[in-house]
Formats: sequence, structure tokens, C-alpha cells
Amino acid sequence: MRPLDIAYMWELVPVIAGYIPLTLFMAVIAMVAALVLAALLAIVRVLKIPVLDRVVAVFISFFRGTPLLVQLFLFYYGLPQMLSFLTSIDGVTAAIFGLTMHFSAYMAESIRGAILGVDRSQWEAAQSIGMTQGQLLRRIVLPQAARTAAPTLMNYFIDMIKSTSLAFTLGVTEMMGAAQKEAAGSFLYLEAFLVVALFYWAIVELLSVGQRRMELHLGKAVAR
Amino acid sequence: MSCEIDIAGLVKRFGGNTVLNGIDLCLKPGERVAVIGPSGTGKSTLLRCLNFLDPPDEGRITIGDLSVDAARAGKADMLALRRRTGFVFQNYALFANKTARDNIMEGLTTVRNWPKPKAEERAREILQQIGLGDRGDSYPSALSGGQQQRVGIGRAMALDAELMLFDEPTSALDPEWVGEVLDLIRRIADGRQTMLIVTHEMQFAREIADRIVFMEGGRIVEQGPPAQIFGNARDERTRAFLRRVG
Repeated sequence: MRPLDIAYMWELVPVIAGYIPLTLFMAVIAMVAALVLAALLAIVRVLKIPVLDRVVAVFISFFRGTPLLVQLFLFYYGLPQMLSFLTSIDGVTAAIFGLTMHFSAYMAESIRGAILGVDRSQWEAAQSIGMTQGQLLRRIVLPQAARTAAPTLMNYFIDMIKSTSLAFTLGVTEMMGAAQKEAAGSFLYLEAFLVVALFYWAIVELLSVGQRRMELHLGKAVAR
Repeated sequence: MSCEIDIAGLVKRFGGNTVLNGIDLCLKPGERVAVIGPSGTGKSTLLRCLNFLDPPDEGRITIGDLSVDAARAGKADMLALRRRTGFVFQNYALFANKTARDNIMEGLTTVRNWPKPKAEERAREILQQIGLGDRGDSYPSALSGGQQQRVGIGRAMALDAELMLFDEPTSALDPEWVGEVLDLIRRIADGRQTMLIVTHEMQFAREIADRIVFMEGGRIVEQGPPAQIFGNARDERTRAFLRRVG
């Protein structure tokens, strides 16, 4: 047994830290896009819009039913063979796209549940004062659903951050990719992967603190 | 006799079940009509059909100069009807994410596009009228059942609708809150607001209504002034019902 090369680990800290912005960039962009898409998917499901409802059901089933890694490979290595305009897409874009699709499918189901959790009589009350479907969703139902879904969505965001590490399989040098490169040069795999693991852990812990604060705050605002 | 509100041949089916079987009803301006009858006879459905919360299958609904044929009604007709009727729900149905004031203002700002200061002014008046002048900033969860229902009534009042519909407004309330809600409805009735109220409060119906409508089996069995219905009903079904509840 050899001791950990602590000095080497310290050297790696600034190297890996330099890739935090790219990791967070992918996670934040994909999260925002996934939220918007998930809300739309959920609305289609809740309103049971003909035809679209079936399409969305299949979309959700596929993206929940297949591994994220397989989806990323499909988008990045597979689809460009058929659709040549996709060959110019870089790994970061493909990763953001894949993460968006994958997580929107999960998030759509949470949002749908949260929407259905808003008392039906509030829909009727909004209708009774003459609101259109769009108005009642935007002003009454979605704000309440967002509050219910927030903790779950936050968990998905945390999962999303960790899942950006898969982008390295598309040739993207983000935190994981950087650790892999360093390890390949020094052969100190344990040290390199331990450092990157600690980085992910720290980021997620910071977010969890934020999440707990947010939940406390929401809990205080309006009890349902 | 000129009808402000004219309901003709209204039919509503749920699946194979005919819940409203040809309802004809005419309300004169300022007339206050109470609908009574056994549970499950379509009283609430009648109210819900009038503003298309449950779209009727057949019949014609006329409110002032707006006339809607149920069989051919589109989205625009539905919205137009809703903008001319105020609806008070049994379980209040307040918007949980909005304060009492915002509940009242919502229809004015969002639906009528009133400027905010004007809507706030109107909401202030209504909060005074419903006796909650100091509770405008409270969320529904912080209000008692009686207060919530008064806000529910205030929200409907804000629309200045030609017709107000009350769907068993006190049925979900603890007994201690029934009085304050009935008092408020009584005051609205005193203002000669045209209204249709479904209620189990017979004494109250007798006091405030110009006319009582007795429904059973999806039809209007009998109608007339309170004194006649409560004192001297012609139909045996009406008399049997009144004996049971009275």
C-alpha cells in the first residue's frame, strides 16, 4: 500500500477548479431548457391535448426508459450519420441537448403531479371569473405547482450537475475530463478521481444548503 | 314580463344520465330566486351549466343582450357568459397563492384589463363591504371558513355581473360561520342584485327570495313566491320534501 500523494492532489485543485465554470454552464443551461420543456410537456399531459398527448407520452417513456449515456451517444455519434448537418455540433452542445431531453422527461412527470395537486376547484374558480386557460395556468395553477415541485426539481438539478460528467465521453474536457487527462499523464488515478469526486461533493453540498434555505422560505410563505 | 335572464330547454347529460331534463327559467331584473330540492336533483348542475363550468348539451341561455345556444356554443360564447355571471362556490375555491385583496382583484386586472390602481380601489371598497377591510393582505390559509367564503363572494361581486350564482354557499361552513355569510348575501340581495341561489337554508331562502324554485329529478317541479311554496305547495313532492327538511 502506498500513501496518497497529497501534494499532487493540491496541485490538481486549481486545475480541476478551472473547469467548474464549464460544468456549471452545461448544468444551468440544460436545467433552464429542461424546465421550460418539462412545463410544456406537463401542460400537454394535464390538458390531454389530442395527438400531442400521445406523442409526449412516448417521448417521456423513451427518455425515462433508456440510459442517459446511450442517449448522449445517440445524439453525438449516432444521429449525425443520418442527419449530416449535425456533424458540426460540438460535444458541449450535444451534452446540453441530451441532458435537456433526459431530465425534461423526468421533470415533466413531477410538474404534472404538482399541477394535478392544485385543487380542481381553483381551476373552476379561475374559469368562473372568465380567465382563459393560459391565464389560469400562468397566474393560478403553475405558481402553486412550482412551489410543490420545487424540492424535487432541485434534486434533479443536483443530479444534472453530476450527470454533466458524462460529457467527457463525448470528448468534452469538463471537470471529469480534466481529471481523466491528468490521471492519464501521472498514472495517479486514485488522487485525480478523488479530487474530482470531492469537487462534485462540495458543489452538491453547497446547493443542498441553498435548497434547505429555499424550502424553509417557501414553507413560511404560503401554507396550502 | 321581460326576462333579464332567460333559460330555455336546458339539458345536461353525464354519460347516459340526464341530470337536467329541460329547465325553463326566467329571471326579471333584480329578481332573487332560490333553488331548493333533494340532493342529486341537478340544482348545482343547473348553476354550473349557466356559466359553462359544466357545458350544457341543449338549450338556450340569454343574459341581457347575450344569447347562447348550448349545442353550438364556442369558446367565445363561454367566456362571454362567464364574464356576465359571478359564481360563489360551496368550498370557497379561493386562489391559495393570492391574498384576499388579490383574489378580489384578479378578475378585474387579468380578465377586464383594469389598471391596477383602479382595481385596488374597487377591491378596497369590496373588502369594506364584506367586513374584511383590515384583512386584505391575508392569504386564504390564514382566514376562517366564514372569512374565506366572504372573500369568495367578494371575488364574484367584483365582476359586477348581471347574474350572481350561489352554489350552496354555506354548506361547507362550520355552524359558527354560517350567520356572517348569510348576512352578507342578504345585504347583496337587498341591493336588488339578480341572483340564483342553491341552498339548504330554508328559512334564509324564505327571507331573501322573491321566488322559490323546487327541483327534483332534473326538472322544475314547482315554483312560486316563498309564502306559497312554504305555506301551500301544490305538488305532493314539494310538500314531502319540505316535511323532510322542515
